Amino acid sequence: MGAIYILWLRELKRYVRSRVQVVVSLGQPCLYLLALGFGFGPVFQQAGHGSYLQFMAPGVIGMTVLFSSVFSGIAMLWDRQFGFLKETLVAPVPRLHIMIGRTLGGATVASIQGLLILIICLIAGFRPHSWTVLPQAIAFILMVAIVFSALGTAIGSVLQDMQGFQLIMNFLVMPVFFLSGALYPLNNLPRIMTIITRLDPLTYGVDGLRGSLIQSWRFNPALDFTVLAIVAALFLSLGAYLFSKIEV
Amino acid sequence: MIRVQNLVKSFGDFTAVKGITFEVAQGEIFAFLGPNGAGKTTTIKMLTTLLQPTSGTIELNGLNPLTHAQQARQHFGIVFQDPSLDSEQTAYENMDLHGVLYHVPRKLRAERIERLLKLFELWDRKDNYVKTFSGGMKRRLEIARGFLHTPSILFLDEPTLGLDPQSRNQLWTHVKHLNETEKTTVFLTTHYMDEADRVAHRIAIMDHGTIVAQGTSAELKQQTGSDSLEAAFLSFTGSSLRDEGADAKAQLRQTARMWRR
Ligand SMILES: Nc1ncnc2c1ncn2[C@@H]1O[C@H](COP(=O)(O)OP(=O)(O)OP(=O)(O)O)[C@@H](O)[C@H]1O
Ligand SMILES: [Mg+2]
Repeated sequence: MGAIYILWLRELKRYVRSRVQVVVSLGQPCLYLLALGFGFGPVFQQAGHGSYLQFMAPGVIGMTVLFSSVFSGIAMLWDRQFGFLKETLVAPVPRLHIMIGRTLGGATVASIQGLLILIICLIAGFRPHSWTVLPQAIAFILMVAIVFSALGTAIGSVLQDMQGFQLIMNFLVMPVFFLSGALYPLNNLPRIMTIITRLDPLTYGVDGLRGSLIQSWRFNPALDFTVLAIVAALFLSLGAYLFSKIEV
Repeated sequence: MIRVQNLVKSFGDFTAVKGITFEVAQGEIFAFLGPNGAGKTTTIKMLTTLLQPTSGTIELNGLNPLTHAQQARQHFGIVFQDPSLDSEQTAYENMDLHGVLYHVPRKLRAERIERLLKLFELWDRKDNYVKTFSGGMKRRLEIARGFLHTPSILFLDEPTLGLDPQSRNQLWTHVKHLNETEKTTVFLTTHYMDEADRVAHRIAIMDHGTIVAQGTSAELKQQTGSDSLEAAFLSFTGSSLRDEGADAKAQLRQTARMWRR
């Protein structure tokens, strides 16, 4: 248990200490809020969908958590390069504990980022349906964070260099983001697209967030939660397996 | 106790370790010498569960690290040749993290950290980030960290790389002390023959992935008719440089290592 805690704490310390990174990683979602919010806002309203800020805020929160989670897993690449990874790999604790400590640390950081963006959205004028929905929204933030931190750990365990990182960003993370309905409603898509969006775990996270916050459900909270829990279990197992096979 | 039989490691079509066999008794200090690229670090990585051997068997205190990795890890500690510190944390935090990973109880941990950081003259800098340390200070911290818990087998891969004479002396005194009081088995590599001569009970010389000689320092000198271990080493391994034959990747690695120091 000590190992899980100390590695979780390490992720948190790194986050708190790298203030530049905090600002940078919050900057991107803010840019989306500003650029897309003001750019698409009028079009969205004319099409009869209501306020775009209300619609996209939960999506931008989901996006923040997605990026932050996957990044924290991929940060293992640096630990591999700078050698710290092997210090943890030879320690007399189950590798599973090491993996869980890192993953939970990443998930915690991603959740904090998500909450910060939620606060920024509130400042920008976003209003949830009622304040009592916040706990449920936070629960979805945590679920999304765990799902994608586990995926990040799995990816980080097999990545050897920066080229692989680019590949993952362009062919995995960005599609997961765009196909999740974070930025536009997923109604009336071609059938094949509908199927693809339903295979994207983030779809359920964004639906859970949007549903909780502005009462606009595509599925329902129970389904969203169940899917996220199953995917989390899958990714955690995959991450644990790949992490246990790391060689340096 | 370490027992290795016919250990082989291939990377693609290059074989770095070509079927080596040796034994290190409990409480023995064993020096593993060899030119650059001989396969010393690769051997240590296989012994410490960081690398899967291509074939061969390993026993650490009677345990097979290939099938019982986690149990085997309880028995050894290691100071790596390459850096392995967390540069974004302070010296103290690095030590503390290690102590937690190796189950050193809180109170004992605090005591030992203080003692070791003082011993290696890092106590003044304990709250500084490791990224602000000089190469030698980082190296000292790695060594202090390696002594934080007292494993029954200690692997030291070129521990004195980049250290000043004072720190080297401190290190070997400490190693001998551990060996005498705790019966710690020590498996070390070094390119400084005088160090091996001074601390090792037994020496193996490795070259191109095979062990070319084994014995006490006196035996190796006698076999080659040399008056120093250095001369014996050169007569076993020849005096040509080892980098020409090595592949490009190894050269890059070597350069990268140089720049990091
Ligand atoms: N991951 C790897 N992939 C390919 N080749 C490798 C790898 N690791 C080591 N080698 C090769 O194996 C050989 C032995 O390397 P090793 O690091 O064990 O040498 P060494 O005896 O520790 O040398 P040094 O004194 O320079 O530390 C070298 O030729 C090296 O290029
Ligand atoms: Mg080496």
